[in-house]
Amino acid sequence: MSLKRAQELPDAGIITEAGNAVDFKTGDWRTYVPQFHEENCIHCMFCWIYCPDSAIDVDTSGDKPQMKGILLDHCKGCGICATECPPAAKGKAALVMVREEK
Amino acid sequence: MTRTVNQELTALSGNEAVAYAFKQARPHVASAFPITPQTEMMHKFADFVANGESSAEMILVESEHSAMSAAVGSAASGARTITATSSAGFALMWEIVYIAASLRLPIQMALVNRALSGNINIHCDHSDSMGGRDAGWIHHFCENAQEAYDAGLINFRIGEHMDVRLPAMVNYDGFIISHKEDALYMLDDEAAYDFVGPYKHKYTLLDPANPVTVGPLDLTDYYFEHKYSQLEAYPRVFDVAQEVFDEYADLTGRRYGFYEEYKLDDADLVMVILGSSAGTAKDVVDEYREKGVKIGLLKLRMFRPFPADQLKSVLSGRQAIAVLDRSASFGGWGGPVFTEIRSALYGTADQAPLHNWIYGLGGRDFELGHAAEVIDALQKIASGGEVPTLNLLGCRA
Amino acid sequence: MALSLKEMVKHEDLLTGGHRACAGCTGANILRQIMLTAGPNTVMGGATGCMEVVTTIYPYTAWKNSFIHSAFENVAATISGAETAYRSLQKHGELPQAAADAERMNFIAFGGDGGTYDIGIQALSGAMERGHRMVYVCYDNGAYMNTGIQRSSATPFGAHTSTAPAGSVKQGKEQDRKDLTEILVAHNIPYVAQTTPFHWKDLATKVEKALSCGGPAFLNILMPCTVGWGFPMERGMQIAKEAVETNFWPLFEVEDGVYKINKKPKERKPIADWMKEQARFRHVFKPGNESMLEHAQQWVDQQWDLLLKRETMTNM
Ligand code: SF4
Ligand code: SF4
Repeated sequence: MSLKRAQELPDAGIITEAGNAVDFKTGDWRTYVPQFHEENCIHCMFCWIYCPDSAIDVDTSGDKPQMKGILLDHCKGCGICATECPPAAKGKAALVMVREEK
Repeated sequence: MTRTVNQELTALSGNEAVAYAFKQARPHVASAFPITPQTEMMHKFADFVANGESSAEMILVESEHSAMSAAVGSAASGARTITATSSAGFALMWEIVYIAASLRLPIQMALVNRALSGNINIHCDHSDSMGGRDAGWIHHFCENAQEAYDAGLINFRIGEHMDVRLPAMVNYDGFIISHKEDALYMLDDEAAYDFVGPYKHKYTLLDPANPVTVGPLDLTDYYFEHKYSQLEAYPRVFDVAQEVFDEYADLTGRRYGFYEEYKLDDADLVMVILGSSAGTAKDVVDEYREKGVKIGLLKLRMFRPFPADQLKSVLSGRQAIAVLDRSASFGGWGGPVFTEIRSALYGTADQAPLHNWIYGLGGRDFELGHAAEVIDALQKIASGGEVPTLNLLGCRA
Repeated sequence: MALSLKEMVKHEDLLTGGHRACAGCTGANILRQIMLTAGPNTVMGGATGCMEVVTTIYPYTAWKNSFIHSAFENVAATISGAETAYRSLQKHGELPQAAADAERMNFIAFGGDGGTYDIGIQALSGAMERGHRMVYVCYDNGAYMNTGIQRSSATPFGAHTSTAPAGSVKQGKEQDRKDLTEILVAHNIPYVAQTTPFHWKDLATKVEKALSCGGPAFLNILMPCTVGWGFPMERGMQIAKEAVETNFWPLFEVEDGVYKINKKPKERKPIADWMKEQARFRHVFKPGNESMLEHAQQWVDQQWDLLLKRETMTNM
């Protein structure tokens, strides 16, 4: 993003584009990345509610929400989703943290 | 265009007069914490609210810091917002006083001037206002209740103007003006509100259709640019203020400017002063005029933004200038008004010698004799005599 | 309100990704969860602190709703100003259309324990006493994390911080935590509660109760901090869960003065289990510091006892 001149900015240093942080990619902070094993997923939405970075992609169009995967632009690879994912306890992890190849 | 309105001659204290002005502007929100000598102003305003004469919502906060913070929250939500304080109360607000200006929120404040501690003292000097002189507010100083009332109304128009958007304070001397019953002309409520006009916001937190983030973390890449756009607003105040002064003169017959000239046209010697002491000084100027001394007075009304260009022209071609400061700059070279004027005049072709007198700290009376002492010194300077640049007036030292 | 994730997932995420919180920050998750319940008609105020910083680094904002920050110690006062402006503009018929049309505008102030327990307690107390219809949320991570993990009055006994470190003579914080939640209960406001982000249902319920109680409300939310507490970044939610299981952070609410403990562990886990997982307590387990551990357990038990008594007393 090129830096704007003073005259191009709104007064008082306010930000008028609400939620424009989506344009800031934090995905490159990652060392590990959650790998999604859809076959084990029970679509419980725990990963979605616990993610600090709104990085769980969910399809809410149907009757039951569907976990679709990870939004890599923002996922910081913390592993909370994988830790909280219930099927892991039964040895059928739907999310597994793996070292990311870059 | 002359559009004079009916004005009633009333007797009010300065605090009451400003409370009336603020009420007539129909603020949405008033937030304040009591401190002497501002208290009476707040009581009067609370009476207006209690009696239904003002529909403002009051926030009776637990400190001045919160008074200014609540005012910021209110003004950022698109509400016309007023507050009032004095001395230590203003000092406690300080951090947020800067923020109010940076966020370009035209909050209106009555600053009833009182000495800063320590030691604690409840009487008038200008150290409170002067301490906040670089915070970014408009500072209006007044000589009496009439001026305080008028400035109270005028400040809304200047500060809220879309080209300005800055908070403004009306400064009036604690006890001397705030508590003294004085005769003044007031506009009726309708005429006053017609003059001030309805409040318009530039941005608001209260519009979910247009959400804004106010006060973000601003680092090395943008902070300076935001300060640039703030700095840019101050020169614009002069044009806006001049328009408002003219309109107010048409309406009321009372003409204001950035300063008042008293017998200045042909004056070789000039005294510069702020606030209520100007009244005393004028009497002494009259006395010396009768004796044939060409002395005049410049009463500065607007200290921020500082009308440097205007002062440059009016103070040029004099023989000696005395600047009187009702506050000291500890460790600085001269009082704040002195250093400012000296700096403004630096490099003008026929610059007269400038001397500084600090007076009236902690409410010490400014007496006729003090003004005379200054004029005597000016005569001495004009005739080539030696007078120290920095002086104290009325202190047993 | 149907409180299922199936329903909640349909709510708009109002705190976007792209904020700069540390990986695994439970604080960012707390704010995100709050906003899922509060919705877009919310004015949010942040005290200076981690969460304010990471969500609003110019020219970016992670807030899709209106947000204001002004200083460290004054967020309660700032939001009380916004709430008052709302009431006044509503009375005068001068609200922006979208606010006038909104069923309810929410006013929320948040601060960390630094901005809440310490420097901001005066403004908080004032705002609560004045009765503004606003919710104050403290995200309590038990230290001044934003400035580099200095001790606060919320730091638990024994914890290592950068201003009360564990050394050869001193062994971390020497005082017990201040009970801020209880101080807020003493304000006699309609709603006070404690929760954690692990307990998402509890959290959402309490946010809604707080927003709809008609007056001031206070939520104290435990925020395990991976950096400041020293645990692996994927463990934050589990640490929050265990804080409840050990009675370190009971889930309870006080509605119009009546206490209700929302979760009573069947078998209280020893506090040492919880402390062991966190590097800030490492020295407590060294030989010679047994009395510290004892004290920590005693304190937790005593606080829990008190809470049980308060519940009994206010339900008689
Ligand atoms: S937590 Fe696991 S099982 Fe539940 S939706 Fe996420 S990936 Fe699927
Ligand atoms: S690893 Fe962390 S940031 Fe990435 S999706 Fe999982 S919880 Fe979200």
